[in-house]
Amino acid sequence: MKHMFDVREVIFMSRTILHVDLNNFYASVECLYRPELKSIPVAVCGDIEARHGIVLAKNYPAKQFGIKTGEAIWQAKQKASNLVVVPPDFKKYLRFSRKAREIYATYTDQIEPFGIDEAWLDVTGSIKMFGDGEFIANTIRQRMKEELGLTVSVGVSYNKIFAKLGSDMKKPDATTTIREETFKEKVWPLNVRELLYVGRSTRNKLYSRNVNTIGDLANKDLHDLKLLLGVWGETLWKFANGLDYAPVRKLGEESIVKSIGNSTTTPRDLLNLNDVKLIIYVLSESVAARLRAHGLKCTTVAITIRDKELYWFDRQGKLNEPTYTSNDIANKTIELFEKNYNWYKPIRSIGVRGANLVTETDHIQLDLFDVTKEKHEKLDKVIDMLRRRFGNESICRAAMLTDQALSGFNPKDDHVIHPVSFFR
Amino acid sequence: MEKKFIKVIAEHHIDGKTRPISIDWNGRNLEVDKISDIRQAASLKGGGQGTRYTCKICGRDIYLFCDEGLWFIEKY
Repeated sequence: MKHMFDVREVIFMSRTILHVDLNNFYASVECLYRPELKSIPVAVCGDIEARHGIVLAKNYPAKQFGIKTGEAIWQAKQKASNLVVVPPDFKKYLRFSRKAREIYATYTDQIEPFGIDEAWLDVTGSIKMFGDGEFIANTIRQRMKEELGLTVSVGVSYNKIFAKLGSDMKKPDATTTIREETFKEKVWPLNVRELLYVGRSTRNKLYSRNVNTIGDLANKDLHDLKLLLGVWGETLWKFANGLDYAPVRKLGEESIVKSIGNSTTTPRDLLNLNDVKLIIYVLSESVAARLRAHGLKCTTVAITIRDKELYWFDRQGKLNEPTYTSNDIANKTIELFEKNYNWYKPIRSIGVRGANLVTETDHIQLDLFDVTKEKHEKLDKVIDMLRRRFGNESICRAAMLTDQALSGFNPKDDHVIHPVSFFR
Repeated sequence: MEKKFIKVIAEHHIDGKTRPISIDWNGRNLEVDKISDIRQAASLKGGGQGTRYTCKICGRDIYLFCDEGLWFIEKY
């Protein structure tokens, strides 16, 4: 065991990790294409007609007016009357994100994207070739500016958590280095909310125990923290003390899928069961198609409901046997919905998720007398094939035609940018 | 300053490389005499990003950009 620990120390202590954060990504790309917007407040916002009208990103002049990401457009316009609202162009952002990764890939193959605009790079193996971490960070910054016209902030450190912290410390277009020998001076005075995964509720719990800075957290008794935050207590304590050994994944290394889900905010509030069924069918078809594409079946189905006052809850139920057919998933979801919602308010958004995944070739107990299951699986696969060849709209349930404004969206292909978790 | 989209005659090589041969400038066909540099670059003056060809055309160095198949130059 002692030997193992020494090996870990040798491997991990000398790592050089960069965290690259594209500053105001969506807004920067828009301003790059329309230079006349650079000096005026600009916000990239979702479609107001489809009720996705919130601020997705803003440039620095907009930031100066106090406009925040996630705000409704009308709130943002109250703060800056001359605000220019631009619709998002996700295709373009994905293209820039890919180009940024091409630049990173000239320095290392260990690139772990964290969302569309952030990535960790482990450059430990390339410092002899290109120069130390700070030098590589500055080169990347310069190249991003010249080649893509975007500014980035880079954090350089010996673990992923501090690298991320570093990239948030100085913005825009800056490099921040947090060295192992001096991290206490730089990191510990910072507010505890700056640490990755300290959200609003964790922050308030910590504040109530007089843990205000990252240093307070690092010096807090571990046992107390575990009592306060459960397993998270230990994780955050390790983060604060720089004891994060998580490796940077190699490019293309897939994480293990734990669940597959889709959700949507509907163009109008859902008022009755028929409306809800429509949306559930669309979402279930997407979830089932994605499960089939991964060769997985789910044994649990979960539904998320958000009413028009933005109150939301999550319910889940077990299926009798693993499935990847849209009918099974939709029926279970509708059952869960009917059991748990009493229509006290109209609904704004619904999510469907398949969890507890097993591989499709897993052994199952067959029902001797029920032959419809196999038939449904075949049917769904034929639908997949038709959609692949002729497009998503080529075939749909007849019920979808009753309200095309509501059902006319494609969750499988419309949303290509998914949030990711650090713990994968 | 803004950008001006222009018509270009280009050669597409079998290895995927693209080389501009001539540009259409207000109806006049101007040949690209020499390409001295090719790189990914942002056009901060005109707005946009793409492959930037530094071309010698009629004795002048000109930046010719190709952004996803759209060719443009920075217009003075």
